Amino acid sequence: MAEPALVDVAERAAGYLGAYVHIPFCEAICPYCDFAVVSGRDGEVVRYLSAVVKEISSSEPIRPVDAVFVGGGTPSHVTGLADVLDAIRKRHGIARDAEITLEANPEDWSDDKAVDLRAAGFTRVSFGAQSYDPIVLDYLGRRHTADQIDLAVTSVKRAGFNSVSLDLIFGSPIESDRSWSGTLERAVGIDPDHISTYALTVERGTELSRLVNRGATAPDADVQAQRYEMAEEYLGGAGYRRYEVSNYARPGHECRYNLTAWAQGEYMAFGMGAHGHLGGVRFRNVRKLDAYLDAIERDAIARAGEEWIGGANGDRADGSDEERVVLGLRRTSGIAMDDVAASFLRHPAGGRLVEAGVIAARNGRLVVLKPLLTDEVCASFLASRS
Amino acid sequence: MIPHIRNFSIIAHIDHGKSTLADRLLERTGAISARDMKEQLLDSMDLERERGITIKAQAVRLAYDAPDGIQYELNIIDTPGHVDFTYEVSRSLDAVEGALLVVDASQGVEAQTLANTYLAIEAGLEIIPVMNKIDLPAAEPERVAKEVAGVLGGSPDEVIAISAKTGAGIDELLEAIVDRLPPPEGLESDPLRALIFDSYFDTYRGVVCYVRIKDGVLSKGDRVRFMATNNVEGADEVGILTPAAVPVASLGPGESGYLITGIKEIDRVRVGDTVTRIDHPATQALPGYKEPKPMVFSGLFPSVGDDFERLRDALEKLRLNDSALQYEPETSTALGFGFRCGFLGLLHMEIVRERLEREFDLDLVATAPSVAFKAFTTAGATIDVRSPQDLPAANQLDHIDEPYVKVMVISPSEYIGTIMDLAQSKRGEMGKLTYLSPERVEIDYELPLAEVVFDFFDALKSRTRGYASLDYEPSEYRTSNLVRVDVLLNNQPVDAFSAIVHKDRAYNYGSAMTKRLRELIPRQLFDVPIQAAIGGRIIARETVKAKRKDVTAKCYGGDISRKRKLLEKQKEGKKRMKMVGSVEVPQEAFVSALQIDTDG
Repeated sequence: MAEPALVDVAERAAGYLGAYVHIPFCEAICPYCDFAVVSGRDGEVVRYLSAVVKEISSSEPIRPVDAVFVGGGTPSHVTGLADVLDAIRKRHGIARDAEITLEANPEDWSDDKAVDLRAAGFTRVSFGAQSYDPIVLDYLGRRHTADQIDLAVTSVKRAGFNSVSLDLIFGSPIESDRSWSGTLERAVGIDPDHISTYALTVERGTELSRLVNRGATAPDADVQAQRYEMAEEYLGGAGYRRYEVSNYARPGHECRYNLTAWAQGEYMAFGMGAHGHLGGVRFRNVRKLDAYLDAIERDAIARAGEEWIGGANGDRADGSDEERVVLGLRRTSGIAMDDVAASFLRHPAGGRLVEAGVIAARNGRLVVLKPLLTDEVCASFLASRS
Repeated sequence: MIPHIRNFSIIAHIDHGKSTLADRLLERTGAISARDMKEQLLDSMDLERERGITIKAQAVRLAYDAPDGIQYELNIIDTPGHVDFTYEVSRSLDAVEGALLVVDASQGVEAQTLANTYLAIEAGLEIIPVMNKIDLPAAEPERVAKEVAGVLGGSPDEVIAISAKTGAGIDELLEAIVDRLPPPEGLESDPLRALIFDSYFDTYRGVVCYVRIKDGVLSKGDRVRFMATNNVEGADEVGILTPAAVPVASLGPGESGYLITGIKEIDRVRVGDTVTRIDHPATQALPGYKEPKPMVFSGLFPSVGDDFERLRDALEKLRLNDSALQYEPETSTALGFGFRCGFLGLLHMEIVRERLEREFDLDLVATAPSVAFKAFTTAGATIDVRSPQDLPAANQLDHIDEPYVKVMVISPSEYIGTIMDLAQSKRGEMGKLTYLSPERVEIDYELPLAEVVFDFFDALKSRTRGYASLDYEPSEYRTSNLVRVDVLLNNQPVDAFSAIVHKDRAYNYGSAMTKRLRELIPRQLFDVPIQAAIGGRIIARETVKAKRKDVTAKCYGGDISRKRKLLEKQKEGKKRMKMVGSVEVPQEAFVSALQIDTDG
């Protein structure tokens, strides 16, 4: 529901400036992963980090950033990330209360690493925990144990970070209700500040999709819906507030960087395959390691493409409005009831969604009451506009 | 008597060589040089050529120099070779004194041939049995000659063996035509009576009538009256077909040819009508004129809504040459705007659909074919029901009558049991069973036309491995236990899926349709019941469960552009949906659901 505090947190993010840094290196590639990742290229880490530092240092200075997100790949797989933060600090400045997140794998973690990364300036660690069930961890190709997750979380807490988060994946075909509730119980038991729960998705081009095409069981949407509801109920009861389709936090621990994206805020992008949004343009870097290194080392830019999100005539209103609604509706706090939202509610398509209890007007906001049907809402919204 | 004229038709089963024989006769009499000859000249429409069937009758005049030194005028009046066009066949037979019954020497008599032979015998024609394709290795001339003689009640020696392909036996056949067929009768001094046995629309000339002069003389410039429609017109041109149209000053008794008047609309000329002269009128028309009566109905809808006007234009153009085609606008909640069309039979329906799609480049959706039921209300009124929607509400309905047809099946005798099982499952009543030869049998049935239209023919073909042939003719209306099965989507009836079926088949129809629709209709925001109902009684039910989850789990900074593209696609999908009440249904779902075999 649109609790005022959550609305505030969500809307404030529209004014933030974010910075995304991509670290593509992994020990091995997980079967479900379709990110820009490499394995077996650890020899290029040093070269890559200098390229990223170079890319940061030659970027157009804007203003101090409010949220930094070092994602992957597996950032915890490499060392030398302090240099990256230093480069951002030097070129753009980092706001004093900024959120600086590092993505990490439990098996990489150690107390020493915790101390070093905290000293480098990181304030938040997000672990790819995925599950506490060894059978599910194995199915997902993960190399850590349930105990390693707990050890890593405890270590982060001890080192004085502001927030620690766990990513969990549910709805794989070998998972049972019991397995998922066990994972939720143990996750809550270690008391992280933030939990993301993702339905396993078969992405094109992944090992998982090849397996499914060859006849392996695919995840079932109805089962996933049921597991989603289990998580919502259990985590809600444990004091975690859902603030986006897949994200829960203890109040005050919502991920600022991600809220910026959902508020259509701006963020810079560094590293191979990184996406950014500045001045009404969405852009992305090349997705291949060698192409990225080559471009940066030649003093060129690593841009692979960009897209103006406004209308064709240079008027930002249309495309921008549509994108703002589509992103904003993923949040529990929804979007402000402005003309765009109000006219959707008046449209027959919007009316049908209200009638079916999928969307509603609450406290001057348009909110999605059934988050699992957010895409249906968004497609109806877009269709109602043309 | 007009001793030098012979008028005859050729009766043959599809592929038994009628057109090749006609070509050979044309060639032998020098009407056309072999070099200029288009293979199978008489079948001129593309579709006819492809399917090897004749849809429209045609006429051609040959000059034959007989060995007796006399030049005979031979008029071949070609007849359509299919059950749907029996009326045209009988009109053609009225225009001749004799017929060649052509039978394939390897196959024997087929139902269609037999049916047309009976028509010819009824019309009092002299019949010359001809056995074609004797050059084929598989030919069994003795067996087939016996079979043919059995059907006609003559001797196997009277059967003339030919090969239209090689030309063998053609001379003997020409002699038989002159010797055995009677010359026409009629007096020049009598009032004109000309039978219209066919007509077609020519873009430049308007309606061209094919006529056979029974009595009197028709000359260019005469004022003539069409006796059934009562139109008075001038005879702008009369002529003969050689097969090229050649104008002549007049046509006398026994002759066939064409007549062009000022008439531009095909409906104003009726096949079977009699033409007479104003200045010397006949008092009585020739017998046999009937209004063409559609037997089978189906809704035709453009798959693309914008094509409605193009469909209307196309139907108008087809009708110029096909007065039996009927249509009126129809609106369906599921399929939009289209036409309820009436056809002479299944083949006629198929031909019209195919021509619309091929010649007019239309993409069509056809609803399940239906027949002309008669509904009797409790108030005593009779209603013609051509679409399930025409049926009165159950509480006002007293009973329903449905058309029956007399069906004749000819088959190798080994399939008797199979055919009897099939006919029984289709509510057939068996008539007589006749052995044409020890190997082949004729079985007669009375069957509801609705069953024949539905899938009887296909089932017969597949169960007899293609060896059985079928013919039918309208019989009578009978009261049957018929019900309308409606299909309801979220409690709203969807007109395109309603059907009038026998009570015993209602459950099969209802459950097949609901099952199929459950697979075709995407999940919605709520559970969507799909029901089949007779009146208020639900006979089958399926549910499309509410959609529970469609959201993508992750949408972060890097996913936004891709996410928008995916949503754009979903948006386009939504825009193609049709709303049935509050249910979104893709047009394709309706189309696929209509294409199923609902026999269950």
